Amino acid sequence: MQFIPLLLGMTLLSFLIIHLAPGDYFTQLKMNPQISPETIAAMEKNFGLDKPVMVQYFYWLKNILTLNLGESFAYHVPNAFLIRQRLLNTISLSVFSITLTWLVAIPLGIYAAQKNGRWQETLLSSLAYVGISLPSFFLAMLLVFFAARTLVLPVGGTTSIFWKQASLWQKFIDYLHHLLLPGLALTLAGTGSLYRLMKNNFLEALGSPYILTAHAKGLPRFVVLYKHALRNAINPMITIFGYELSSILSGAALVEIITNWPGMGRLILDAVLSQDLYLVMASLLIGGFLLVAGNLIADILLVIADPRIRLK
Amino acid sequence: MINFWNRLKRANRPACVSLVLLLLLYLAALLADFIAPYPYDSQFREYSLCPPTRIHFFDRDGRFHWRPFVYRIAIVNPALKEYQEDFSTRYEIMFFPSGGRRLFGVAPEGKIFLFGTDLHGRDVFSRVLHGARISLSIGLIGVSISFFLGLLIGGISGYIGGRLDTVLMRLVEIIMTFPGFYLLLALRAAFKPNISSLQLYLLIVVIMSLIGWASLARVIRGMVLSLKEEEFVMASRALGLSSFRIITRHILPNTFSYTITALTLSIPGYILGESTLSLLGLGIQEPYPSWGNMLSICVGNLRILTGAPWMLIPGGCIFLTVICFNFLGDGLRDVLDPKNW
Repeated sequence: MQFIPLLLGMTLLSFLIIHLAPGDYFTQLKMNPQISPETIAAMEKNFGLDKPVMVQYFYWLKNILTLNLGESFAYHVPNAFLIRQRLLNTISLSVFSITLTWLVAIPLGIYAAQKNGRWQETLLSSLAYVGISLPSFFLAMLLVFFAARTLVLPVGGTTSIFWKQASLWQKFIDYLHHLLLPGLALTLAGTGSLYRLMKNNFLEALGSPYILTAHAKGLPRFVVLYKHALRNAINPMITIFGYELSSILSGAALVEIITNWPGMGRLILDAVLSQDLYLVMASLLIGGFLLVAGNLIADILLVIADPRIRLK
Repeated sequence: MINFWNRLKRANRPACVSLVLLLLLYLAALLADFIAPYPYDSQFREYSLCPPTRIHFFDRDGRFHWRPFVYRIAIVNPALKEYQEDFSTRYEIMFFPSGGRRLFGVAPEGKIFLFGTDLHGRDVFSRVLHGARISLSIGLIGVSISFFLGLLIGGISGYIGGRLDTVLMRLVEIIMTFPGFYLLLALRAAFKPNISSLQLYLLIVVIMSLIGWASLARVIRGMVLSLKEEEFVMASRALGLSSFRIITRHILPNTFSYTITALTLSIPGYILGESTLSLLGLGIQEPYPSWGNMLSICVGNLRILTGAPWMLIPGGCIFLTVICFNFLGDGLRDVLDPKNW
C-alpha cells in the first residue's frame, strides 16, 4: 500500500505550508482579540503550540487521527463540525456535475467521432473549444447574470424559505433546484475537455484493425460501434477521470463562491480571509483526501470496466 | 522565423490569428498609458456606473459627419444611476489630444467611456488596458519561473535517479494530490493579508510557480529517463562532461519541442490563477486594476451584475486571452511535432 506514506506526506505538507510561513504564528494567535485566552490555553495543551514546529506536527497529527481538527477562531465551534456541514454540499455538487458532464460529453463525443469532418463535428468541436477556454468563474457569473435577469433559477443557498414545513420529497426537489445553477456552471466548464478526449479516443478505436475485422465478419454496425469500439474507447476515459477530478474539485470550490453555494470553497475562502489557519489546514487536507478517494474510485471502476487489468 | 510562420500558417490558421491577436493585446498593455483616454485611478464620481458611450457618425437630423462624435451624457436620475444622451451638445472625438500624449479623447467637458464606468465612476476601458499589464505579464513571468524549476528538477531527478529521484517524485505526487485551488488559497493564507502591491504581485507569481512546477517536472523526468540511454549522452559522458552540463546542454534541449507547447498551453493557468486570487480579494488590491479584481464587484452583487453588465467585460478579456493561448498552443504542437514534418 503506497497510500499510507502519501497520506502522511499530505498531512506534513498541509502543516508545513502554514507553519513555515514568515512571522511568529503563536504570538499572532495570542495577539488576536477574537480568540479567548481559554481557547489559547486549550490549544496550547492539545496542539503543543509552545513546542518546536516538528513536535507540533506530531501533536497535530495525533489530533487529526482522532478527528480533532481544532477549533475555528472565527466561528468558535470545532472545525470538524464546520467541515462536515460543508463537505456534503461540495460532494453533492461535484457528483451532480460529474454525472451530468459524462452524460452529455460521452454521447456527443461518440456522435462527433462518427461525423468526423462534417459540419456537425466542426460545430461541436468549436463549442467545446469555447467551453474549455471559458474560465469557470466567468461562466458561473454569466449564469448568475442570466438567472437573475430571467428569475428561472434560484441564486445562492441550498434551500428556499419554505424549507422548514416541506415534506422530505419537496426538500429533495428544492435542494436539487438550488443545486442546478452551480451544477450547470461546473458541467458546462467540464464538458468541453471530456468531449474532446472521448471524440479522439473513439476515433482512434474506429481506426484500429479489430474494427475492420468486426465489419469484415459481418457484425451489425450497432454491435461494432457499441460493443467493440465503445468499450475500448471508454477505458482511457476512466483513467482520465482521476486526473480531471482535481480540476473538478478546484472548479467546484470557485463556482461555489461565485454562486454562493455553501460548500468547502466558501469555507476555505472565509478561513483565509479571517486568518483562521487551523481551519485552512484542515480544509486543505480534506480537499486532498477527496482527491485521493476519487482516484481510488476511478481505479476500482477501471478494474470493473477492463478485464485485462483483472486478469493480471 | 519566416519559415516558422509559414509552417504555422499551413498547419493551423486559427493559431496564426491568435498569435497576431495576442501580440496586439500585449502591445496594447505596453502602450496602456497612451491608448487609454483616462488614467486608471481618475474618478468621475458624478458618472458612477454609466453605460458605454455610443459613438455616432450620424446626428439626430441624419446628417453624416466624417469625424465620429459622442453626445453629452446627461444624468436623468442620480439615485438609480440612469443616464441619457443629451442631443443638444456634440463632442467630436479628437486624435492625439493634449499634445499627442493620448491616442484619442474628447474635449474635457465631454466624456467618452467606451466600456462604461464602474461604481466609482472610473473608465472601465482605461482600467482594462492597465489591468492587462498585470494579468498578461503575470502569466509570462509565472510560467518562466515554474518551467525553470520544472525542467531543472525533472532533469536532475531523471538523470541522477536513485534516492534523490524517489524523494523528488514523492514530493511531486504529494503536491499533485491537492486540488489546485485549495493549495492556492492555503499558500496565500500563509502570508499576511495586507502587504504592498509589488510584494503581492511577486507573492502571487511565487505561489503559482510553487504549484505549477510539479506536473512539468514529472513529464520531463520521464523524457529524460528515455533520453539518457541515447548514444549522444554516452558520448558526452565519455568526453568527460559534468552531469549538470549534460543535463542542461544535451538532454533538456531535446525536450524543447514538448516544453514549448506545454509552456504555451499552461500560460492560461497562470492568468486564471491571478484572476482568481484577485477576484476573491486576495490578489492585486485597489486602486490598481487587474482583470480579476475588476470582476470582484460582480461576486454576490446581483444589483450591479444585472444593472451594469459591462462590468463583465474584463471576464471577456480573460476568455479572449485564454482561447488565443489555447489555439496557439495547439498550432505549435502541430508545427513542432516531428511526426508532422
